[in-house]
Amino acid sequence: MTAQPMMAPVRPSPESSSARKRRRGGGSGVALRPGFLSYGLLLAWILGSAYPLWWSFVVASGTNATRGETLPLIPGGNFLANAARVLDAIPFWLALGNSIIVSSVITISVVTFSTLAGYAFAKLRFRGREGLLVFVIATMAIPTQLGIIPLFIVMRELGWTGTLGAVIVPTLVTAFGVFFMRQYLVGVIPDELIEAARVDGATQLRTFFTVAVPAARPAMAILGLFTFMMAWTDYLWPLIVLSPQNPTLQTALSQLQSGYYVDYSIVLAGAVLATLPLLILFIAAGRQLISGIMQGAVKG
Amino acid sequence: MTDTLPRTAAAGDAPGTPSPADANGRTRRRRRWSLSRLDMAASPYLYIAPFFVLFAVTGLFPLVYTLVVSLHDWPLLQGQGDFVGLENFATVLGDRFFWNSIGNTLSIFLLSTIPQLAVALVLASILDQHLKARTFWRMSVLLPYVVTPVAVALIFTNVFNEQSGLVNNLIGLVGIDPIQWKNDVLASHVAIATMVNWRWTGYNTLILLAAMQAVPRDLHESAAIDGAGAARRFFSITIPSIRPTVIFVIITATIGGLQIFAEPRLFDVSNAGGIGGSQRQFQTTVLYLWEMAFFRGDFGRAAAIAWLLFLLIVAIGLVNFAISRRIASVETARISRRAQRRLAAHQGGTR
Repeated sequence: MTAQPMMAPVRPSPESSSARKRRRGGGSGVALRPGFLSYGLLLAWILGSAYPLWWSFVVASGTNATRGETLPLIPGGNFLANAARVLDAIPFWLALGNSIIVSSVITISVVTFSTLAGYAFAKLRFRGREGLLVFVIATMAIPTQLGIIPLFIVMRELGWTGTLGAVIVPTLVTAFGVFFMRQYLVGVIPDELIEAARVDGATQLRTFFTVAVPAARPAMAILGLFTFMMAWTDYLWPLIVLSPQNPTLQTALSQLQSGYYVDYSIVLAGAVLATLPLLILFIAAGRQLISGIMQGAVKG
Repeated sequence: MTDTLPRTAAAGDAPGTPSPADANGRTRRRRRWSLSRLDMAASPYLYIAPFFVLFAVTGLFPLVYTLVVSLHDWPLLQGQGDFVGLENFATVLGDRFFWNSIGNTLSIFLLSTIPQLAVALVLASILDQHLKARTFWRMSVLLPYVVTPVAVALIFTNVFNEQSGLVNNLIGLVGIDPIQWKNDVLASHVAIATMVNWRWTGYNTLILLAAMQAVPRDLHESAAIDGAGAARRFFSITIPSIRPTVIFVIITATIGGLQIFAEPRLFDVSNAGGIGGSQRQFQTTVLYLWEMAFFRGDFGRAAAIAWLLFLLIVAIGLVNFAISRRIASVETARISRRAQRRLAAHQGGTR
């Protein structure tokens, strides 16, 4: 995740933020001030929805008997021991490394090609632009899972099954990414800036790197974050093309569940271990994630 | 997929392109202009080419080729066999396991979409107030989203365990008998829907919150002055105003909901072998597609299932869209009439 440190704080597009301020600023806040009921409901929901995660940790740090307790709250001391047994049961580090490679390559590819194409759709004039954009939007709704059978046939013909390439290649580009970047860049780069670069004799490629990429950086970060999560959580396709000997984190994790004798504290220790990387990412980049979801909603 | 729209601008129309008169000077300059014009004309295509080439190979080709596979006898190991026309489709449509999987998928989809939307609307309207520690609340609501579906499935398989799971322990406190979460059809659907709801409610809450924040505050305030309570304002102002976003959430939930895989695959693996329950009581259609292709090794029929599922997604998407639009337009008409009356009354009062 080399992109993380230079991730700029995300600002909503200029027009929406100022408009919002204008709208929100004026009121005297009649009846819009939250009462205890609001905080109470919110707190109850959050505690309730966080509890299964905490419960997993408590059981993962206890013994098989801990699961039988009604409402266990205090973790035991066995988490590291159980985590060590997870590492024995599945090739955890290999899987973690594979997941990092797969997700990073997919993220870099999606962000790069989406920015290029999104910029062309947003700011360059060319024959067929509208038609091609409609095509991109129409394909966004097609679930990629439906193509798994031909993809599998092709991967087997190429001899790629069992390799990370088979996981990476089908997701190198997404229509959503192109549309997302296009929507962002339409509003954020003034046409005059591109004009000025052209008058100064800059080539198109130079204009792209000096004007478009700096302006696109916040959206690239958000798109990267979501693409990374999407690749990280994918289960169906890696399950099909990878072998248990060379898994991603998700397929390795699912192996914990498939034995005849299941030790719950180990299964849950695995679930907790596998959640940690995304939890760290969430704590580091949670604000970006939130503004990404909220911006996508307004623009999409 | 290529262009056919006649009204696109040619490169020469672009503002900033030199008129021929400017280029009349020295040849060196002319060559530079023509190079730059080539740069301008070709660059856009070079920028979009990687996307379209890769998408054609990884997205479009598989979809079309699925149709080819579905028209053939195509065993997993032997590969392409005889052309059989629509026989695979006929077999699948006459297969009770297929309809069972469709029924399960729809049931899980309804059990997840409706409560999720209701809860997300309530949470979003709470978050839409002037809360202290705004970011903290938003992040807390989103927390379950970072748990991957596989981990969610592992966690909730234990939460819903029949002998000593969390839920049965808790309902035991109030004297309810343990529920057979994995064997009972409806209970297993509720359990799987709970996994989906748990992960996605926070995400949809934030989407709805973003829409609510775009609703003008004045509307709420004048309604409050007129004596409308919070609930009344929620139904008469908030909901109608964020209608497009609600439709967006429903459509996204539909596309996602019809493709549920990890949760039913991993629920009760040790007894059900990962195909969605010993009696297929919670086998979803994607899970059935997977079983048909990689357990039973019938690619032809699996491809037919894929196409039928695709058509179902499109159909449900359209129905959703039509229904939400109709409800919406009726409501809007009512609201705007009321708003006009109120506005008229206000103006009458102040003047």
